[in-house]
Amino acid sequence: MADQDRAGPTYSLRPIDRKDFGLDHARHLLWRAGFGGTPSQVRLIADWGPQKAVDHLLDFQGPAEETDETRAFDPSIMQPPSAEQRAVIQNARRKQNEDELARIRLERQRREQSDRGQIAHVRRWWLKRMVETARPLQEKLTLFWHGHFATSYRTIENSWHMFRQNQLFREHAAGNFGDLLRAIIRDPAMIAYLDNNDSRKEKPNENLARELMELFSLGVGNYSEDDIKEGARALTGYSFQYNDFKFYKDRHDTNNKHLLGASGNFDGDDFVRLILARPACSKFIATKLYRFFVSELPPKGTPEFRAVEGVIAGLAAELTGAKYEIKPVLRKLLQSDHFYDSSVRLARIKSPTELVIGAVRSLNTPVRDLGVVADAMDLMGQSLFFPPSVKGWDGERSWINTSTLFVRQNMLTYLVTGKTPTGYDPLAADDEYDPMPLIEGMTRDEAGSPTSPRDVARYLLRYVLGETAPTPRLNIITDFLTSSGAIDAQSLRGALALITAMPEYQLC
Amino acid sequence: MNFLPENPYTRRAFLHRGLTLASASVTIPWFLHAGAAAIAAPDGAATKSRPGIPDDRILVVVQLAGGNDGLNTVIPFGDAEYYRARPGIGVMANQVLKLGKGQSADGIGLHPRLTGLKELYDEGALAIVQGVGYPNPNRSHFKSMDIWQTADTGGTGDGWLGRYFDNQCSGEPGGGCPGHAGIALGRAAPLAMQGHKYKPIAFETAELFRWSGLDLDDSMREPYSQIERGVETDSGNTGRDNAASFLMRTALDARIASERIRKAVDSTPLVQYPGNPLARQLAMVASMIRHGLETRVYYVSISGFDTHAGQGGAQGGHANLLGQVGDSLAAFSKDLKAQGNDGRVLTMTFSEFGRRVAQNGSGGTDHGTAAPMFIMGPMVRPGLTGRHPSLKDLDEGDLKFGTDFRSVYASILDDWMKTDARKVLGRPFPGTKLIKA
Repeated sequence: MADQDRAGPTYSLRPIDRKDFGLDHARHLLWRAGFGGTPSQVRLIADWGPQKAVDHLLDFQGPAEETDETRAFDPSIMQPPSAEQRAVIQNARRKQNEDELARIRLERQRREQSDRGQIAHVRRWWLKRMVETARPLQEKLTLFWHGHFATSYRTIENSWHMFRQNQLFREHAAGNFGDLLRAIIRDPAMIAYLDNNDSRKEKPNENLARELMELFSLGVGNYSEDDIKEGARALTGYSFQYNDFKFYKDRHDTNNKHLLGASGNFDGDDFVRLILARPACSKFIATKLYRFFVSELPPKGTPEFRAVEGVIAGLAAELTGAKYEIKPVLRKLLQSDHFYDSSVRLARIKSPTELVIGAVRSLNTPVRDLGVVADAMDLMGQSLFFPPSVKGWDGERSWINTSTLFVRQNMLTYLVTGKTPTGYDPLAADDEYDPMPLIEGMTRDEAGSPTSPRDVARYLLRYVLGETAPTPRLNIITDFLTSSGAIDAQSLRGALALITAMPEYQLC
Repeated sequence: MNFLPENPYTRRAFLHRGLTLASASVTIPWFLHAGAAAIAAPDGAATKSRPGIPDDRILVVVQLAGGNDGLNTVIPFGDAEYYRARPGIGVMANQVLKLGKGQSADGIGLHPRLTGLKELYDEGALAIVQGVGYPNPNRSHFKSMDIWQTADTGGTGDGWLGRYFDNQCSGEPGGGCPGHAGIALGRAAPLAMQGHKYKPIAFETAELFRWSGLDLDDSMREPYSQIERGVETDSGNTGRDNAASFLMRTALDARIASERIRKAVDSTPLVQYPGNPLARQLAMVASMIRHGLETRVYYVSISGFDTHAGQGGAQGGHANLLGQVGDSLAAFSKDLKAQGNDGRVLTMTFSEFGRRVAQNGSGGTDHGTAAPMFIMGPMVRPGLTGRHPSLKDLDEGDLKFGTDFRSVYASILDDWMKTDARKVLGRPFPGTKLIKA
């Protein structure tokens, strides 16, 4: 709040001046367009200035990860039964062969169990990827699309389909939104999740058509119930077989449809084309991006709301102009004056993913046990691959309640010290966190002396909490470091455990 | 009359709390005021038994995880078919705890290790709902548990108790119930308690419902308490309702709830509990009830009921589990009675499914369907509800259900929790009266 702009917040999408772009701005960019950064990374980004920094993040200039791990995922665990297997099952049913039926049930349960094991593995793999990636914005956008096109393993029970969908989001992360929509109506996980696999001309299923407009592209009020019915007809026959999209021509309704004000023999791609042509679509996606990267919308009817509407209109125009390419609009947003306004910085509550991945990346703690990390994220309310509904996660304040706040604080204590609420991580001793490199840049930074408790406290608070800490907070950490006797790995770990237990650590 | 522990507050603690209230009054949401009212009074005084006021009523859910074998729990010893299907694991008629003559109780009895429940039955404080299930039963643990917890036969959506909380607190100025309205003992809160807005508190032991950094070193205590004090000051001073002040308020709320819960759980139960994990959970629940927490729903669980092999009959693995359940519930009931709180507490058990009628080749039973539920408390309509499912008229070797589990939920929601069950369950489920009028 120290540099509160007396003229009020800015809502301009003009690029921020390089000379106005300092450490706090660099830190902000790294958190919002990624998962935070170490003090030296923050300094580097500040040195680069907004243009080079945003280009680097947005053009995914870091090397892509290629891991052998994904090759180990088994696509066939949930393979549907073959014709012969189906015959065996039917036969057993008809003859009421209880032993055989029990055997078949057991076999199916075994496969389901094995698949649940694999989705847990996929989850750990993604967490690891977010921790290690040199392309944080690509993973951040993958997370964005996962929340936007929310699909849950709980319903589809197919880990390979979930994994493939995740790769799809990564591939199109900052690509073309139209391409992504065309891909999503062909995505087996989505098709299964929204029941389009059995949608045929005699009995179209409206679920995918409805959500495609309501939650994925236009928003409520920008289409009619008839559009849903007609859209569902356009999507008939869009199904999958085993692991791949399959268009069943015989199930597809080839008759004329009246859809979104047009009429013709439309299929799914025509449906997407008609959606994209609606002004509501660019506005809807611009709003979604704004809420993810900048902030929730202010209350309707306020002057702030009208100002934000102006920002969103500017972003929507950029989207339309670029034919739904995501990159240009993000470039504009992430370089804008508004994005760096002091009212925007440190005003969002970190999602569980941002909290955990961000802590590891910005403090450089050990990752420790990814299973423990994933479990803790469940407790915080964000189970990756298990969003609560097709609406995704509500985010912001819904993350925080009395239970999740302790889980969040304790997770940070775990990452910093290896201490779990019930004891210690058995590997904590081997996997000791060395926070000393965090303060290595202090003198070069002219931030003071790395042996002065007050200077170290000020420096840590600046980078870990962001901005300039109020004096009472500074005093707590200064006193703690002073009474610890020395600035060493142990006292720094204690200080970091305390700083991350401050409620304001939940902000980014 | 409520049991009140002796003067639970030192003067200093009381003054400190008084200050908290004063500084909090401007910005703290309604539920803290509610909590604060209870704090300002001695423990329990704010929630003294007020008959007829539904705010006082508590539901305790006991989950038997793994699929409890209903046929060896409530045993149809009068049916020769039972012994034909279960030559190795059937419980002999002379060992069964008979439920008496007349009506449906004829030929039905409890497993010999359920003496604790038999006592409650004889006191008229136990209802047994027979043959509870749902259409097109799912035999996957995972899926069927979701179905029971969401009260949705697709097993999707929010939890049924979570929806109850969402519904109950939707009109409140704070926008939702306080976290400790529902407490689950266990690592994670069950889906059943997860609402769209409402999120319950869950902990294995109360010591876990706090910042674990305090255990690192004694030197952490003083700075941490300063952080907390800072939170109080900041939330008192921040007029704007921004994310930071919201976090400060929640942190303050968490601290108050944590203190109260840990204080409650620290106290010694009024009766002796057996030494098993379920009993430990129930003892904690009883202590929290005794200390007057404003919690409406508690959730405890015991696992191990997936008895595919060597489950035994009158003795053995399954019998031991039932013994734990019966003895723990009996001790819990005695504790509540000693507190004078028994009239406020309804306890129900459930499992994701029963097991198949016939034993399998390994002296166990495989996943089945319908099973009984127990509903406990002095205000239940005691005795057997519904008929014992037929052992002859089967569906692929499984019992056909007689009572939809959602009818049981509906009765509890309507007649005990005094809410509109239709709003919570989405549609009416009539037919089961479990609570005395």
